[in-house]
Amino acid sequence: MKPASFSYHAPTSVDEAVALLAEFGPQDGRVLAGGQSLVPTMAFRMARPPHLIDINGIAELAALTVSAGVITIGACVRHAAFDSDILPGRTGDLLRKVVQNIAHYPIRTRGTFCGSVANADPASEWCCVTAALDGIVVLRSQRGVRRVPAAEFYQGVMATAVEEDELVVAAELPMLADDTRTGFVEFSRRKGDFAIAMALVTYRLENGAMIEPSVAIGGAESHPRRLREAEDVLRGQKPGGAVFAAAAEAAAAAIDPMADFNNTAAYRRGLVRTLTQRALESAE
Amino acid sequence: MSGRTSDPREITLSINGTVHKVAVEPRRTLVDVIRDDCGQTGTHIGCEHGVCGACTVLVDDEPLRSCLMFAVQADGRSIRTVEGLQTGDALHPMQEAFMRYHALQCGFCTPGFLMLAVAALEKRPDLNREELVDILSSNLCRCTGYENIVKAVCAAAADMKANLDASP
Repeated sequence: MKPASFSYHAPTSVDEAVALLAEFGPQDGRVLAGGQSLVPTMAFRMARPPHLIDINGIAELAALTVSAGVITIGACVRHAAFDSDILPGRTGDLLRKVVQNIAHYPIRTRGTFCGSVANADPASEWCCVTAALDGIVVLRSQRGVRRVPAAEFYQGVMATAVEEDELVVAAELPMLADDTRTGFVEFSRRKGDFAIAMALVTYRLENGAMIEPSVAIGGAESHPRRLREAEDVLRGQKPGGAVFAAAAEAAAAAIDPMADFNNTAAYRRGLVRTLTQRALESAE
Repeated sequence: MSGRTSDPREITLSINGTVHKVAVEPRRTLVDVIRDDCGQTGTHIGCEHGVCGACTVLVDDEPLRSCLMFAVQADGRSIRTVEGLQTGDALHPMQEAFMRYHALQCGFCTPGFLMLAVAALEKRPDLNREELVDILSSNLCRCTGYENIVKAVCAAAADMKANLDASP
């Protein structure tokens, strides 16, 4: 239950960090941000990285900025930052709603948004948010900068587009229009536990009909993604019980649910149906 | 061979205002160093993987799991543990309330609950019962069934707020 020995590196700039990653990434060196997922796996000795590159001392990664309709979340921004009114607009409202579901308060003071994105647990709320809002993950290495859309970033259970010499330096989310309605619902067995499934929906109204619908599901498949099948049901329709139920049915039909010891694929499919409907009904 | 990056390194921890200079391997967690190197054994180690909350301490007034932070990461930071709650012989209102409401039996989880609740209420003195229950859901207790912990923390919240209002 004690982590194995490792070499500790504490860079103070991104340039320094990516130089270390270029050297130690190919030797299974890992980036340490909040450590709320990495350190437990090290305690269990499921992970024994010979090198840890601690990015917490890099001041330029601590910024959370809003500019030109885009929220840029630096790699050291903690979950707890979203549990405040510092982020404006409908995206701020959505993130405030979602963050309450992430683990527990003393985890949120330490864990980071980008760390969750890089870790890519299927049940990560932030991964679902980036998928739903078509966020962009910004990667840096000595080779340059890559901006990877969420739809290409997540590739499987804890598998992403990040190369071994790359550092996630930021995630970008769009500022949603002021009339955007958002709904988020997840189900877990205990408060703060990993969600078995979650649904995040957004849409706007034009002449009473839904436009620009987004329906994203997390926790049910190997990684979160938008479900065009459900969005197509909503687009152009007036919001209401029957169309919400039809979209929920389409979402349940479109997914290929994971099964585990406690949850069968059929159970997860049922949850996706229920949660999609509830997310749509609660969208405000 | 000298100066390997996995070798012990000198760090300085301020624990409840007392400065501790210690040499630790990077792999040592903050809670182990607080207990074994600094001798402050009030903070308990439960699960060692971030689930139980027994090791909750305050680093720069933020509550966190000290089993999920390496001690080298806390170099130069200000740490508060259960030993620092009382003032002289006077217990903190949170400790008083835990006694009054019988909010512990074996006491193993108590330091974590105390630090968690104190940190939350120092930041937001107006937290209501529902919000406090949500925050307390972070930590595990196997004796009390939580009811008395919730009662104690709600009572202490009122006491802390009264003290706050009474101070100039």
